Amino acid sequence: MYPPQFDHETAESAEHAVELLETNDDRDVKVLAGGHSLIPMMKTGLATPDLLIDISRLSELSGIERTDDGFEIGATTNYAPVAKSDELHDEATAFAEAAENIGDRQVRNRGTVGGNIAHADPASDLPAALLAHGGSVTITGSDGDRTVDADEFFYGMYETDVGPAELVTSITVPAHGPNAVSTYEKDRSPASGYAIVGVAVVLEADDGTIVDAAVTANGAMDRPSRLSAVEEALEGSEATEAAVEAAAERAGESLNTAMMMSDQDASPEFREQKLKVYSKRALTRAVSQL
Amino acid sequence: MPVNRRGAALAPANRYNDPYQALTTNIITAFSLLLHVTAQNTTTVDVTVNGSEHELEVEPRTLLVHALREELGYTGPKVGCESTLCGACTVRLDGDVVKSCTVLAVQADGAEIQTVEGLGDDDELHPIQRSFQEEHGLQCGYCTPGMLLSTASFLEENPDPTREEIREALEGNICRCTGYHNIVNAVEEAADKLATEEAR
Repeated sequence: MYPPQFDHETAESAEHAVELLETNDDRDVKVLAGGHSLIPMMKTGLATPDLLIDISRLSELSGIERTDDGFEIGATTNYAPVAKSDELHDEATAFAEAAENIGDRQVRNRGTVGGNIAHADPASDLPAALLAHGGSVTITGSDGDRTVDADEFFYGMYETDVGPAELVTSITVPAHGPNAVSTYEKDRSPASGYAIVGVAVVLEADDGTIVDAAVTANGAMDRPSRLSAVEEALEGSEATEAAVEAAAERAGESLNTAMMMSDQDASPEFREQKLKVYSKRALTRAVSQL
Repeated sequence: MPVNRRGAALAPANRYNDPYQALTTNIITAFSLLLHVTAQNTTTVDVTVNGSEHELEVEPRTLLVHALREELGYTGPKVGCESTLCGACTVRLDGDVVKSCTVLAVQADGAEIQTVEGLGDDDELHPIQRSFQEEHGLQCGYCTPGMLLSTASFLEENPDPTREEIREALEGNICRCTGYHNIVNAVEEAADKLATEEAR
């Protein structure tokens, strides 16, 4: 299954990639990293770019760096080092668990964190985890870098804040601190491995009371979504299994169920039900660790 | 001027008074187009496969699995689902197992690749290959090259795995003949063989 013809240019740096994007603005151009979303789309004809700008060899964009308040993960970092990072498992657990849940070993060796975020597949694992951790995305263009909060980054299915002559160069995942825990639970499509629903949770407790809660979901809507009703129910409540189970029952409340994803794996009604179940799993596991 | 059925003007049948001028122009156009296509659409890629260096000319759209099989004759990696799911095309790219149907050959420029041909040979099978043979970890054999390479890379990471860990590690390699019971047995046996043979 060969994709149609296209040209291929290797970028020497992120700036060079931006230059190539600008000089080819009259063509259908895509940035290629691990290619694990793009190449399958090109094979099936869903994407037919004239030119690929290859950033997969840019070592300057690869790696996990511990910063003062969290982690900066380069765009071309593969999933595998994220999934295997002890530091990320300790301090940004939901994000590491989401990376562990992607595809299989081969896919995690090749697919990239930046590609995943920039591609914005609604059923992808990382976006909800990034949102739950209060992360952000760094985008490079001709005017340099700009940083966008995850809350503002995702517009819809395959649509993000990245402009035509820009590319994602890194993402920032804040560490959740010693008084907080985080988890990611996923209902995996048996055929594709993508999330039918996936729920990321970050809980912070003080003296047995939940003081801060972030609960987000993949797979349910056209973009990663905050389950605000669950968050509101959790904040100020006791950090007990009974309390989080009651909160999980409200998983569908803040979402417009008429707009919920519908496919061969699940109807919107079934997804709403699954969302409650997986919210409960993520929350009970989180609260047991507080 | 001739007009087609929708009324649009067609190009004049012969823009040139001298018919040879037209022919020459057409030949030049054809050649420059051909050169353009050649210049734009193939790239030289250097790869080392199982220790042997190769230089090949590929189109950007050529997938690594096709370059290995059709350009270089390494038919170990199989073309299965072609959609990053089945793992029959698994090879090791700079040490990491990847699905070569979802890697462009141009992206492998300068890389070291291992296919199943680099694992053992007919005279001396690799311990993992012997284990798959002894434990009947295959039937038709189509998934086997991928299974073997995934096993090799996994056992380097985790030399003494549990059965559950083996199943998780081989999640990206699908067998449609036998089920996974004997494959898991084979990986356990391979772990034993590698441990004892290394100890020797």
